[in-house]
Amino acid sequence: MPTWVQLVYLLCAVGFILALKGLSGPRTARAGNLIGAAAAVVACALPFFYVEGLDHIPLILLAIVVGTVGGVFGARKVQMTQMPQMVALFNGVGGGAAALVALLELEHMVDGVTPGFDLAATAFTIVVGSISFSGSLITFAKLQELMTSRPVVFPGLPVVFGALVLGALALSVLVVTDASVPLGVVLCLVGLAFGVLLVLPVGGADVPIVISLLNAFTGLTVAAGGYILANTVLLVGGTLVGASGTFLTLLMARAMGRSVANILFGALKGGSTLGAGEASDRPVKSAGPEDIAILLAYASRVIIVPGYGLAVAQAQHTLRELVDLLIARGAKVDYAIHPVAGRMPGHMNVLLAEAQVPYEQLVEMDDINGEFKHTDVVLVVGANDVVNPAAKTTPGAPIYGMPILNADEAEQIVFMKRSMRPGFAGIENELLFDPKTTLLFGDAKDSLGKLLKAVETL
Amino acid sequence: MDEGIVWLTIFVLSVFVGIEVISKVSSTLHTPLMSGANAIHGVILLGAVLVTGTTDSTLALVVGLVAIVLATVNMVGGFVVTDRMLQMFTRKKPAPRKGADV
Repeated sequence: MPTWVQLVYLLCAVGFILALKGLSGPRTARAGNLIGAAAAVVACALPFFYVEGLDHIPLILLAIVVGTVGGVFGARKVQMTQMPQMVALFNGVGGGAAALVALLELEHMVDGVTPGFDLAATAFTIVVGSISFSGSLITFAKLQELMTSRPVVFPGLPVVFGALVLGALALSVLVVTDASVPLGVVLCLVGLAFGVLLVLPVGGADVPIVISLLNAFTGLTVAAGGYILANTVLLVGGTLVGASGTFLTLLMARAMGRSVANILFGALKGGSTLGAGEASDRPVKSAGPEDIAILLAYASRVIIVPGYGLAVAQAQHTLRELVDLLIARGAKVDYAIHPVAGRMPGHMNVLLAEAQVPYEQLVEMDDINGEFKHTDVVLVVGANDVVNPAAKTTPGAPIYGMPILNADEAEQIVFMKRSMRPGFAGIENELLFDPKTTLLFGDAKDSLGKLLKAVETL
Repeated sequence: MDEGIVWLTIFVLSVFVGIEVISKVSSTLHTPLMSGANAIHGVILLGAVLVTGTTDSTLALVVGLVAIVLATVNMVGGFVVTDRMLQMFTRKKPAPRKGADV
């Protein structure tokens, strides 16, 4: 490899570091992403300029064009509400690609004398890349509701799981002692099965954490791929993603008050992530939009708790109009953003930013939780679990320990809901039955439109 | 110095850098950060090109081309979708109260 190529690779690796650094600050995030993209494009273009005897160039370029069209199409068409499953899908195909690259390298290694460590890295890439691929497809299916988002467990799952772990280890050892492509393919299949079983028992609300974890997995496989191919930019890029992805997974789990082990294996140990999942028929107090409008119009302090249901109903714009109107009437209104509002941390900020809600009105949980006791009306739109007191009071509940918004401390609580169906975590919310709570049933966009009209006439 | 040690050194230092650079991220940016990091590992495309370009069996070529398509989707899609998300954060001015967004 010529020196200039190695230097350019080094620049690309630095580009990835700057990209991650940029992505972690609000002002620099977009520039960071663009730096990362530039570094990746340069790194991937380099082989065409220095590798002697690089064959099949037209076919390779065609494949790149196909992938680019597919990627851009998916990325542009996806709705912001479906972002988490899109990230899962992109992550999965990356893991799949890494596994295939390792399989092809294994074929090269069969003939020559290869040090055991290279083979171990190859086996690792095949297994973990496959896990990432199939695991991500299952998370995609769960979030896209192609399958149930509830945890799927069956008797004997822990045994099958253990058998797969042992099988993967044994096969890896075999691959290291005797490089053979058929063994690699079997290893790949074991990895695929493992990925499916890893994600099936995870409940819908926890799936985003798993996406983040699988993202870190793919990073590590790419790093191992970099070691096999003796390529620094793959090693550094993959390791950076592996390390920061693992750290991010821990941060997210902490925001939900859960441990990663509990999220992955909770359901195996006796259904702790299983919820009742059924609507109850206990009496609740409900009212029409006109009554709620009066409550809101004469309140001086209002906090909005937005949830995923708001985004699903595409009601962000109507909500912003209502908030603007209340502010114009002299009320102080903020949005309380729970760290995991939406489908994953930060998702709600993206959704509200799309509706052009000013950044200053979005207040994070820790900064607003003290405000609820001085609040006249809390308007909960399409959210449920993030204000569920069971997180504080019911040790057995799946969300127990998750920090919640203290909506229950407010003077009045208004829930806008489509039905009495429980939230994503599948458990009942005691707050719905609180005497301070009023429910406004109906589609969020529809109800907000009616509320807006009613407030305007007051 | 043994070459293996050099690789190990790069790996270990990268782990620390990876954790250090994102340690101050606010939860607001978790989603775009995850998505951006996801796009970065799409650089496996480089590996896919290297192995595909140096193979001479048809089966390996086909597998390699599949890997290239998958890796490109990961990389290109990942960066584009992240940019779409971040575009929304950078919009400064609140929109007029009754805009064209109905």
